[in-house]
Amino acid sequence: MDQPNQVPAAAGDVSPTRRRFYILFINGVMGLVGLALSIPAAIYLLFPPKLRKRQEWVETADLATIPSGTPTEISFRRTRVDGWKVTNVKDAAWVVKKPNDDVVAFAPVCTHLACAYHWDDPSHTFICPCHGSVFSIDGKVLSGPAPRPLNRLMTKIQGGKLQIGPVEPRA
Amino acid sequence: MRTVINWLENRTGLETAIKNFLYEDIPASAGWHQIIGSMAVFFFVIQVFTGGLLAFNYAPTPGEAYNSVKYIMTELTGGPLIRGLHHWGASMMLIIVVLHMIQVFLYGAYKKPREATWMAGVTLLLITLAFGLTGYLLPWDNRAYWGTVVTTQIASQAPLAGPYLLRLLGSQGDVGNVTFSRFYALHTVLLPPLTIILIGIHIYLVRKHGVAPAPGDTAPKRKFFPEQVFRDTVGVAVAFIILFIMAVVAKVPLERLADPTDTAYIPRPEWYFLFLFQSLKFFQGPLEAVGSVVLPGVAVLTLFLIPFIDRGPMIRLGKRTFAISFVVLAAIAWTGLTTAAVITTPKNQESVEEPAATSEPETLSTPIPNPPSLTPAVTAVTPGRAASPAPEIAEWQRLTAPELVGLADFKKEGCTGCHPGAGKNGIGPDLTTMPAAHRMVGWMVPHFKNPSQIVPGSAMPQIDLPDADLNGLSLFVLKLTPKNEEALESAPAFVLQGAIVFQSNHCDACHQINGSGSTLSPALDGVGLRHDRDWLEKHFANPASVSKGSIMPAYKFSAADLDALCKYLLQLPGRV
Repeated sequence: MDQPNQVPAAAGDVSPTRRRFYILFINGVMGLVGLALSIPAAIYLLFPPKLRKRQEWVETADLATIPSGTPTEISFRRTRVDGWKVTNVKDAAWVVKKPNDDVVAFAPVCTHLACAYHWDDPSHTFICPCHGSVFSIDGKVLSGPAPRPLNRLMTKIQGGKLQIGPVEPRA
Repeated sequence: MRTVINWLENRTGLETAIKNFLYEDIPASAGWHQIIGSMAVFFFVIQVFTGGLLAFNYAPTPGEAYNSVKYIMTELTGGPLIRGLHHWGASMMLIIVVLHMIQVFLYGAYKKPREATWMAGVTLLLITLAFGLTGYLLPWDNRAYWGTVVTTQIASQAPLAGPYLLRLLGSQGDVGNVTFSRFYALHTVLLPPLTIILIGIHIYLVRKHGVAPAPGDTAPKRKFFPEQVFRDTVGVAVAFIILFIMAVVAKVPLERLADPTDTAYIPRPEWYFLFLFQSLKFFQGPLEAVGSVVLPGVAVLTLFLIPFIDRGPMIRLGKRTFAISFVVLAAIAWTGLTTAAVITTPKNQESVEEPAATSEPETLSTPIPNPPSLTPAVTAVTPGRAASPAPEIAEWQRLTAPELVGLADFKKEGCTGCHPGAGKNGIGPDLTTMPAAHRMVGWMVPHFKNPSQIVPGSAMPQIDLPDADLNGLSLFVLKLTPKNEEALESAPAFVLQGAIVFQSNHCDACHQINGSGSTLSPALDGVGLRHDRDWLEKHFANPASVSKGSIMPAYKFSAADLDALCKYLLQLPGRV
């Protein structure tokens, strides 16, 4: 109902004031109805789902079985809330055990475009095959397009087993 | 702005088209009574909009559908509002379409040359009903499932066409995957474009013949815009405010997941079909098809043919006594039938209030009649030295050994993670209020082994335990009631461990506890009233040494097992 101000001569069946009021009313009400529909729709589509309790820590490998010094990829199963479904999915992490049994775990995807990277033993670096990002053993970016160091996962040792938690918040 | 509009006008003629549409000539007698048609179009737009939004978070397969609707209702901000708008909008749209039809009928606006307009309108009414019918199934809860079972059965009674209709609806055997997909396809793929086309035809015909004037209206024509559009807008605003309030205030039901085995469920259709539901009760036996198919069919056909039945010239509303009395009678009949249906159908209990077979709650807290000094206290391991205040039997003390093992598994498998109990539904339902049809081991064990096969769409993981454990787990779950769940789950760990030792050594092959097990040998209820720990240990090592003539074999337990078993046995209450 665009630009109804262009009054054709034949339409002069109501007084101009009345006419102006009608048009104001129509546009106003339709605008309000539009808002009342589009704001809830935007909220509905854009707001994240309310978080459900999920399993944050997962028990993985025996600490003793993780070799010291060389990054090792360990896989484990994690519960994931996927929309209306709770699924048990395979997950992985690159784990680096220091000689003093301190453990650092990296999320298994590159911080550039989330490709899976791997440990390249000869060059002693993590290499992402997609766009050639290279990370050091402590996750720092050495070269390539990756904007941030590798994401670290929280870890703790319980009963000789390595437990892996959610991604560590960045300092 | 003006340049953009001019460009658009030059390239597409859009402005002229809109002007042509808005500056339509309408009779001077047009007024408030003719706003309902525009309101119907507006409501159709709302349904398309909210329906599309719902589809963004909806999984169109049985089971999954339920989970996703639940997700919309509980996890998404604004989800209940959008579903509320769609749900109540459907009802309001039907009301508006019917009001529109009544108005046209009363004014006789279907008469020559507007017969085709009327028939397109009747088709739109039928489509609106079809939307309601197919949409009813999509949440896949009990209400949806059972309502559709009845609907498809009614369709099957149609003379001659019945079996074919049933096959078309995909439900020769059962309402399941096929019926669901067909209803979903009808509701979202076929019916919406069909409606748009028919609305187009309907409006085109209205434009072609002009809005029906009142008889004898020879005053100069007026323009549709802005006066009549203003009236339409007022109507739309009022209806929309009502709808919005309904969507915010009135909770849209989502019952339990559809359960084909729930024999206690009373199916009931959406409110606007209740009159049909009720009128079926007047027809029995071979006449049933008359009530369910023939009469409604004749009614629809009559509705279609009204312009050919009533062919007189248009006359003033006040003189249309027959039409008015017809509408009044129909309204009275409809109201009567609907009210009767509401009154006579008992309300569905959303939860089964009492479990089928379990201990009577009243006696649970009754102190056992034995003299206090002889009662094994809940915590006392040595009998005879019982704590001073008369101890009562804890709820968990009434469980049998298999049930206690079940409780141990219940805790170990982390069942409460999804079934939090305490009257709440988590990811899984509250176990204390399961429908009666699930309250049996024969249902539960297959469900534990393969949840989604028994309950389509179930998100529950398989429980990987031996059959005996699954049996015990079922027995324990069956014991759960809203009143006792907390007390049962508070059973101490040594009791659970003891029961596991008891069961894994097959003690129940000879001995009975709380009525479970064989009666070959003495029942062990209240064994702590008769013997002490020392006696028990000697007995296990060499039964005949303390119990003359005992045929029980000697048992050698690990220290931990012996400890757990003795503690478990010594706390056993006597039979009440």
